[in-house]
Amino acid sequence: MEFQLSDLLHFWPIALGLGLMLLPVRWRWWGAAIVVILLAAATLGLGSKEWFGLDSPWVNPYTVRIEAFICITAIMAVSLNLINGITGLFSIGHAGFMVVGAYTAGIMTSLLFRLTGETGLGLALPAFLLSLLAGGLAAAALGFLVGLPTLRLRGDYLAIATLGFGEIIGVLLKFITFHREEYGQVREIGGPRAIDGIPAMPGPMLPGIDARDMPILMGFVFSILLLACVVWAVRNFAFSSHGRACGAIREDEVAAEILGVDTVFYKVAAFVMGAFFAGVGGGLLAHWSNMVHPSMGGFLKSIEFLIIVYIGGIGSISGSILAAVVLTTLWELLAMLIHGADAWRMVIYGAILIAVILWRPKGLYGGREFRWLVPRGRTIDDGR
Amino acid sequence: MEVFLSQLINGLQRGSIYALIALGYTMVYGVLRLINFAHGEVFMIGAFVGYFAALLFGLNLPAALLAAMGVCGLLAVAMEAAVYRPLRYRPRLSMLIAAIGLSLLLSSLVQAIAFNFKDRAGNELSFAGANYTNFPKDQLIRSASYRLIPGREVYVTRIQLLDFGVSLVLMAALWLLVRRTTLGMAMRACANNKDALSLMGVNVNRVISMTFLVGGALAGAGGLLSALTYPQIVATMGLMPGLKAFIAAVLGGIGNVPGAMVGGLLLGLAEVGAISVLPGAPVDYTPLADGVAFALLILVLLVRPQGIFGEEASEKV
Repeated sequence: MEFQLSDLLHFWPIALGLGLMLLPVRWRWWGAAIVVILLAAATLGLGSKEWFGLDSPWVNPYTVRIEAFICITAIMAVSLNLINGITGLFSIGHAGFMVVGAYTAGIMTSLLFRLTGETGLGLALPAFLLSLLAGGLAAAALGFLVGLPTLRLRGDYLAIATLGFGEIIGVLLKFITFHREEYGQVREIGGPRAIDGIPAMPGPMLPGIDARDMPILMGFVFSILLLACVVWAVRNFAFSSHGRACGAIREDEVAAEILGVDTVFYKVAAFVMGAFFAGVGGGLLAHWSNMVHPSMGGFLKSIEFLIIVYIGGIGSISGSILAAVVLTTLWELLAMLIHGADAWRMVIYGAILIAVILWRPKGLYGGREFRWLVPRGRTIDDGR
Repeated sequence: MEVFLSQLINGLQRGSIYALIALGYTMVYGVLRLINFAHGEVFMIGAFVGYFAALLFGLNLPAALLAAMGVCGLLAVAMEAAVYRPLRYRPRLSMLIAAIGLSLLLSSLVQAIAFNFKDRAGNELSFAGANYTNFPKDQLIRSASYRLIPGREVYVTRIQLLDFGVSLVLMAALWLLVRRTTLGMAMRACANNKDALSLMGVNVNRVISMTFLVGGALAGAGGLLSALTYPQIVATMGLMPGLKAFIAAVLGGIGNVPGAMVGGLLLGLAEVGAISVLPGAPVDYTPLADGVAFALLILVLLVRPQGIFGEEASEKV
C-alpha cells in the first residue's frame, strides 16, 4: 500500500486526545470529559459512513484499534511508574505480571466461560469483567509472592531479581497446555506456541456500525475506561499521605524508616498495586490481540515499558500517558512510512533511552502533571 | 560413573565460559558499582567477530581469538567513554538504565543488520543477525575427542580442552594483572575509594578504561569460545549468558575476582546437573534449567547477599 500524506488525517482522534490532555484546564472532571469526547469521536467516526455519508479519512477502524492499544500501553506505563517512579523500586520484570494477567483472563474467557462472538451480552459482559479482575488478582498475588522476598533488595539487585522473575514466568508458561475441541477434533493449545482464539471484547450491536467494527470499538471503550480508572487510582494514591510515604522511600529509604514510615508495607503495597494494574492491562491486551504468547512476558517487552516511563519522565503520571501516546503513534507512522522499519524499532528505542538519560534525565514531562490531574490547592514540585 | 564424569566435564565447560563473562561484570562492578547490562552484548559481538574473522579474513584460531578480544575490549572502552563516564556522578540508577539502553541498542542493531558477502573461498553467503547462523567452527578447529581414562567411555573433545585451556590461561593472567602489577593495584584502589585514588595523582579515568578493556576482552574470548562450543550465533545470544554470568558473579561475591571464577564454574555445574536430572520425555522439561540460575540468585540474595567470597559491607547512611 502506497503511503499518502492524506493518510495522516486518519490519526485525527489521537491528535484530538493529545490536544485535549495538554489543555491547561483546571476543571476536575476534565479527565472524564476527555474520555467521553474520545469515545464519542470513535463512535461517530466508525458510524459516520452510515449516519452522515462521510467517507475517509473519518472512517477508520484501524485508528480505533491503535487507540485501544495506546490505552493498554498507557495502563502498563502508569502502573510501572507507580513502582519505578513514585516508589523508586527499580523493577524490570513488569511484562511478567502482564503476561500472567493475559494468560489468566484469556484462559478464563476462552476455555472456562467459552465466550464467542455470538454469546449474549448478559453473560459475556460479566464474564469478561470477572476474567479481567481475576487476571489482575493473579498478577497481584504473584507480585506479593515475588515482592515479599525480593523487596529486601535495593536498587540494582532488585532489578536483576525482577528480571529473573519475568524470565522464569516465560519459561514456566511454555509448560502450560490445554486441550480444546475445534471443529469436532481435540487440539492441543498453549505450550511454547500461542494460545489463540481468545474472544474479542464483548459489546452490543449498534445500528449503522459494521458488525466487524464493533469489537474494535468495544476494545477501545474498555481500554480507555480502565485506563481512566487506573490513572484515577494511581493519581489519588500518589497525592495521598500513602503516596508521600512512597515518595519518601524513593528519596531516602533509611530516612523514611527513621521518620516512622513502614517501608516494607509501602514497598510491597506499591509493588502489588502495580502488578494488579499490569495484570488488568495484560487481560485487555489478550482480548485486543485475540491471543497470548509466553514471549509477551519477556525482557524486551519489560524494557519497552521502562523506556516509555523514562521518556515520559520518571514519576510523572502525565508523562507516562503522554509518552505512551507519542511513542506508539510515532511507531505506527514510521511503520507506514518505511517498509521493514520493524527491525530498527528497538534500535531507535535503545538510542532514545540513552539520549534521554544523558541529556534530558527528567524526560519529556518529568516533574510536571497535566493541570486537571493536580488536586486543588496542590502543586507537584513538593516531592508530591 | 561415565555419565557423571562426562556431565562434570560438560558442566565445567559451560562454567568456564560463564566465568570468563562473570569476570567482566565483577571488575566493572568493583570499580563503578554498576551492573554493566551491555556486557552480555559484548560477549555476543565477540562471537560475531569470530564469525567474520574466519569467513571474511580467513584467520586461524589464535588470530581470531585475539581479534575478538581486541574488538570487544575496544567496544567496552568506547561504551564507557561515551555513555557511562558522563553519568558517573549522577544517581546510580541512571548508569544502570543507560546500560540497559546500550544492551538493547547493540543487540537490536546486530539484529537489524542483514547483507550478502563473499567468503574467502568465494562462496556467496547471506548474513542476517536476526537469524540463527551456523558458526564456521570447522575452519577454526579440527574436531576430535580423546579418551580421558583408559578403558572407560569418558571422552573430552578438543573444543572442551580449548575452553578449559583458554579460560585457565586468561584467568591466571588476570590474577597476575590484578595482584602483581601497578595497574592492578590501581584497579583495587579504585574499587576501594575513587576519590582517594584520584588525590594520589592516579588518572582514575584511565584505570576505569583499562578495567573495561580487560573485561571486554575476556567477554570477547568467552563469546568466541561459546560460539565454538554451541556453534550457532544469533543477535540475541548475549542476553541469557550475560544474565547468568552476572548471577555467577553475585554467587561468588560481586566485586571479587576469584569469586567470579568459582561462581561461574558452580553455576555451570548446577545447570548441567539440572539438565541431566530433569526428565526429557514425554514432555521436555530441560528448558526449566534456565530457571535454576535465577532460583539460585534469589536464594543467594536472601541467604548470603554478599556471595560466597564477598565481605559483608555495612551500608553507609
